Amino acid sequence: MLRRMFKRRSEPDVQMEQGLEKTRRGVFREITRLFDRSELDDELFEDLEMLLIQADVGWDVSQQLVAELKERIRQDGITNPSDAREVLRLEMIKLLELATRNRTVKILQRGVPFVILVAGVNGTGKTTSIAKLAQYHQNFGRKVLLAAGDTFRAAAIDQLKIWGERTNVSVIAHDQGADPGAVVFDAVTAARQRAVDVLIIDTAGRLQTKHNLMSELQKLRRIIEKQIPNAPQEVVLVIDATTGQNGLVQANEFTKVIDVTDIMISKLDGTAKGGIAFSVAKEIGTPIAYIGTGERATDMAEFNPETYVDSLFFGEGEGF
Amino acid sequence: MFETLSDRLNDTFGKLGKKGRLTEADVDAAMRDVRRALLEADVNFKVVKQFVASVKERALGQDVLGSLTPAQTAIGIVNEELIRILGKEQVPLNTPSRPPQIIMMVGLQGSGKTTHTGKLALHLRKQGRNPLMVAADVYRPAAVNQLQALGRQIDMPVYQEGTDQSPVRIAENSIRFAQERGHNPIIIDTAGRLQIDERLMQELVDIRDSVSPSEILLVADAMTGQEAVGVAEAFNDILDVTGLILTKMDGDARGGAALSIRSVTGVPIKFIGTGEKLDAMEPFYPDRLAGRILGMGDVLSLVERAQEQTTEEDAERLQDRMMKGQFDLEDFLDQLQKIKQMGPLSQLMDMIPGVGKQLRDAKAEVSDDDYKRVEAIIQSMTPWERRHPERINNPRRRRIARGAGRERQEVNQMLSQFKEMQKMMGQFGQMAKKGKMPKNLPFDLG
Repeated sequence: MLRRMFKRRSEPDVQMEQGLEKTRRGVFREITRLFDRSELDDELFEDLEMLLIQADVGWDVSQQLVAELKERIRQDGITNPSDAREVLRLEMIKLLELATRNRTVKILQRGVPFVILVAGVNGTGKTTSIAKLAQYHQNFGRKVLLAAGDTFRAAAIDQLKIWGERTNVSVIAHDQGADPGAVVFDAVTAARQRAVDVLIIDTAGRLQTKHNLMSELQKLRRIIEKQIPNAPQEVVLVIDATTGQNGLVQANEFTKVIDVTDIMISKLDGTAKGGIAFSVAKEIGTPIAYIGTGERATDMAEFNPETYVDSLFFGEGEGF
Repeated sequence: MFETLSDRLNDTFGKLGKKGRLTEADVDAAMRDVRRALLEADVNFKVVKQFVASVKERALGQDVLGSLTPAQTAIGIVNEELIRILGKEQVPLNTPSRPPQIIMMVGLQGSGKTTHTGKLALHLRKQGRNPLMVAADVYRPAAVNQLQALGRQIDMPVYQEGTDQSPVRIAENSIRFAQERGHNPIIIDTAGRLQIDERLMQELVDIRDSVSPSEILLVADAMTGQEAVGVAEAFNDILDVTGLILTKMDGDARGGAALSIRSVTGVPIKFIGTGEKLDAMEPFYPDRLAGRILGMGDVLSLVERAQEQTTEEDAERLQDRMMKGQFDLEDFLDQLQKIKQMGPLSQLMDMIPGVGKQLRDAKAEVSDDDYKRVEAIIQSMTPWERRHPERINNPRRRRIARGAGRERQEVNQMLSQFKEMQKMMGQFGQMAKKGKMPKNLPFDLG
């Protein structure tokens, strides 16, 4: 009976499991342990709320999750803690599905470059994430081109070029300090001429409070649109998993300014808890599409609510 | 996105009305708000718990002073307690008993170590020192190039041995190099690493043991969530960190991570990073950060930004012209441009306590486009017209409108508004002469 209850519903996603291995040593594993008791008491709910907040789930969402859990327990007359845990698990998956159900299916058209614009605040790991996206598309046999649109940060261009060499992808770049608009224009032109399948554009990190830099992103978008209608087909916002509640503000502002289509949560290989995914899902609903789990180009997985919650729920040696 | 603590406390106490003394029920209600505000500012859960307990103790039975509301009294206590934990004194960089001064920069990936290595070097050179930057991040692609590029930007020497040498050897060799060339201090940029990565943490210990730095600065992102405590504790346990640099404070993160780190490790916050330019690093002021964690705006920063844009002489000359009613469109344009350099209007407004909320409530859109429009109109005038706005006749107005790409009505409107403004300034001048008004207009914050 217990076995069945605990049986994992989703197929293990090896990449994601490995990346989240370290993450789940932390707070989420304590959540599992929390339910290893004989009855459901108030202390359990208090501790649960505390653990959710410690995982950066945020005050509002933690309150709401605990309240819903209590309500379901009351309605369904649940007395067994492990049943309650299953209810919580499903509630959490449901919450994350708010962010995935909005994801649109994107189809690559023959002869039209699929353009991905990558943005985010400083230091979230945009350039590394681009290498991962490049690798991802190459695995499908697609011809990829990179554009070094971060002309501001010292050596950002060199960094992208090194990744280009490692993943065997060409990079369109101007000098540091050049107009990023010109880089983007050239890159889109090159992508069309060279019959590239996927063009991935790096941009300089910018805080969402920098008005002029945010309008610059809009401008880059327009430059792409002018050359290829309906492009960029994908606009990826990279959010660092260690980010606290400001992650919500980031998702909100970037989505408003450049119509983010997909969020990538990076650096999930740490002890970071990635709880911000829950607030983003609930408050904004911008699709979360990818997770970054390490420093190699292959360390990326597609975001799956069930695996995300399960990976964070099940401690080592359980359920595999 | 998040309500400020003062808004919340006002709501909570609004129902209770004014009372002479904070009762236990008042305090409990207030503490719920405080707890929530701190959690939303990413202060660590355990730190919040302790903090709320100590504030509650102080607040119980506290008299509400005559002119203050209970909400203001509570905020006052919270604010004081925050400042106490953040550390009242500003802690300078350690000076070693024997030169050279060696500074090690450590932290997670993407926290801003390399950029702040450059900022710190520039800061120290401004104090008459002759720093050397050392590129000991051999892992991140192009990290060495990044430091070299920064070095070129500020004309600062960088010691590097490429990426094939071990960071420990690079650090050791850099000290010899610095001594030969007379560089001091030496700032070592290390690779970003996770606190749970044993091999890389060991490497930091090895660097420390081989060069004995007088300063190990942990560079932490102001946007970090609950994990900030785990990161700081791990780095501090292993390395004995001597100071913290809190970066990306020019964003809108509340920066609660700083409170967590300070209260758990006791490590003083030495600098804050406030922008991408290499001079954007400031000493740390606990009162400002306290206000910010509570979402109470940051008037001092606003005043400072205003001061950056204008010299005292300019300000006096301008005030004089205003008083004498000589303020013309040239002066006006100059002022507009200065305000624009201070940042987008909406952001400036947010820095003034209470104003942010009022604007949100009124759904008022403060638009930078309005600025641009006025600017375009003035710029389409000749210098003579700017000095004599009252003599701009209809043909001139037509020409200006065409030049600015605006309607003629807009030019008319702008000119009549300016006339009103001039009139008001003249009246202020009269009043000031009669001593009815203070000479320096302070920000009236209600």
